[in-house]
Amino acid sequence: MSIQTLQKTASQVRRDIIRMVTAAGSGHPGGSMSTTDILTALYFSVMDHDPKTWTRDGKGQDQFILSAGHLAPVYYSVLARSGYFPLAELGTLRRMGSLLQGHPSVRRGLKGITQASGSLGQGVSVAAGLALAKKLDGDPHRVYVLCGDGELEEGQIWEGAEFATHHKLGNLIGMTDWNGQQIDGSVESVCGGGDLEKKWQAFGWNTIVADGHDFSAILDAFDKAKALGAETSRPSMILFKTDMGHGVDFMAGTHKWHGKAPSAEQCQAALAQLEETLGDF
Amino acid sequence: MKKYTDTGKKDTRSGFGAGLLQAGKADSRVVALTADLKGSLKMDAFADEFPNRFIQCGIAESNMVGAAAGLAIAGKIPFIGSFAEFVTGRVYDQLRQEVAYGKTNVKIASSHAGITLGEDGATHQTMEDIALMRALPEMVVLVPCDYNQTAQATIAAAKYNGPVYLRFGRPSVPNFTDPDQPFEIGKAYVLNEGKDVTIFACGHTVWESLLAAEALEAEGISAEVINVASVKPLDEETIVASAKKTGKAIVAEEHNMAGGLGEAISGVLAAECPTRLGFVNGADRFGQSGTPSELMKAYGLDAVGIAAAVKKLVR
Repeated sequence: MSIQTLQKTASQVRRDIIRMVTAAGSGHPGGSMSTTDILTALYFSVMDHDPKTWTRDGKGQDQFILSAGHLAPVYYSVLARSGYFPLAELGTLRRMGSLLQGHPSVRRGLKGITQASGSLGQGVSVAAGLALAKKLDGDPHRVYVLCGDGELEEGQIWEGAEFATHHKLGNLIGMTDWNGQQIDGSVESVCGGGDLEKKWQAFGWNTIVADGHDFSAILDAFDKAKALGAETSRPSMILFKTDMGHGVDFMAGTHKWHGKAPSAEQCQAALAQLEETLGDF
Repeated sequence: MKKYTDTGKKDTRSGFGAGLLQAGKADSRVVALTADLKGSLKMDAFADEFPNRFIQCGIAESNMVGAAAGLAIAGKIPFIGSFAEFVTGRVYDQLRQEVAYGKTNVKIASSHAGITLGEDGATHQTMEDIALMRALPEMVVLVPCDYNQTAQATIAAAKYNGPVYLRFGRPSVPNFTDPDQPFEIGKAYVLNEGKDVTIFACGHTVWESLLAAEALEAEGISAEVINVASVKPLDEETIVASAKKTGKAIVAEEHNMAGGLGEAISGVLAAECPTRLGFVNGADRFGQSGTPSELMKAYGLDAVGIAAAVKKLVR
């Protein structure tokens, strides 16, 4: 997919996020918008996957685990736009009986979801287990996992990091949404931050730092991670520098939109800044 | 009274090790993970036979649960092994989100459960694990009573598609059940038929209940002994039928009152057949250092304690 098409797709995904969260009256737009470009690149250019033959066990395909489960809106949008389920489902987010639970669930059988998430810090472990299974089974595909930077405060992340290095999981590629914001404020002010690159390196991971809103940088980072993983048999972490709420001026760069739905007026103001490229759901 | 022969004392954790090896031979999808307790969990034979299917996780139980979930999603049948406290209380949220919520096919091998862990003391002695695991939707909870039954329960857990909590222990205890009897999830085993009172038990208290029944028989009290090795799902039919017959029952378990087998059976009988009950358990206490037999006696969980509880109830 060309960079221009990826940009157009991302604009539509951001519209989806705003419209879904506004309709639901709650949800997490901020992080969804900071990771929109990353997940758009992942689902439309990077991963070897096929919604038609997808199964939860991931055999014969690349797999994705969303560790930061509150990024459900962007996840649901890229899944629907990839063809995993009808676009109309997006309008049901967080409603009673919906397949689109507030945080991703596998209980209702929503196609494309490999594992539930919401309680933070657990996705690296699950992704490492999936990657280890691929290694044991001789499946050359990769496993991708996305974490928030605030989420890295969870201790289990680092248990998973150590495990993945020890078991030589060169087929595991992590992504950190390095937007610098979490619920209570900036990551630096709350209880985290520091040199994330050195932290991951200390646990034996290859690291790449990239602009998470520049598609050519994003694609380049994934290419490097794939090559490094194969070369070193070590997992790789791409630290994507992003802005929370990216794409809408009044939502960008602040923690205030981490978990808040726009009002009807704010929704219209936001949509005015995002081109409708593929048709709203 | 039906006679049972102790064929030689063995630890139930070794029964797990034997069952794991058999399950591994029968199904190449079986893998074993531990958090630095391979020897304590008796996983050595499995690890020697299937080195590629043994996964050392180090002292990081939370990650072990997540990694096992990933392996299970990919089609493996992972058994995760550690001490009971560290594969329940320490990782409750991980078990809830990664295993129970998605009915992910992970087996929790929980060793050194209860006070009979012994000398290490209360930090390592969980008397709350059954409560935590029973509380999780989708979780099957098995508490086999001896070496043979633990081996069979391990094989049954591997064959079952879904999360299983398999609880066993550290000390050597009498081995008396039929080594060839397949374990049935959801079945309670009537070990002795009686008419005056029923003793429901699981795990280490089963043999103690048989000894208690023998002593009670000498005093003219006929006790039915039922091994409730499947704590969840419960064999409600067998439990209700026995309570209807005897009209009184004791529930004996190496666990505290809150959330244990006693409360599980109380729930069934209160709804189906209100029955006067007595309880032999750790009440609402922590453990302490001591030998397993000293502790069983001190907490009233041995045959003497069980018989005394029965006499109090039937008097």
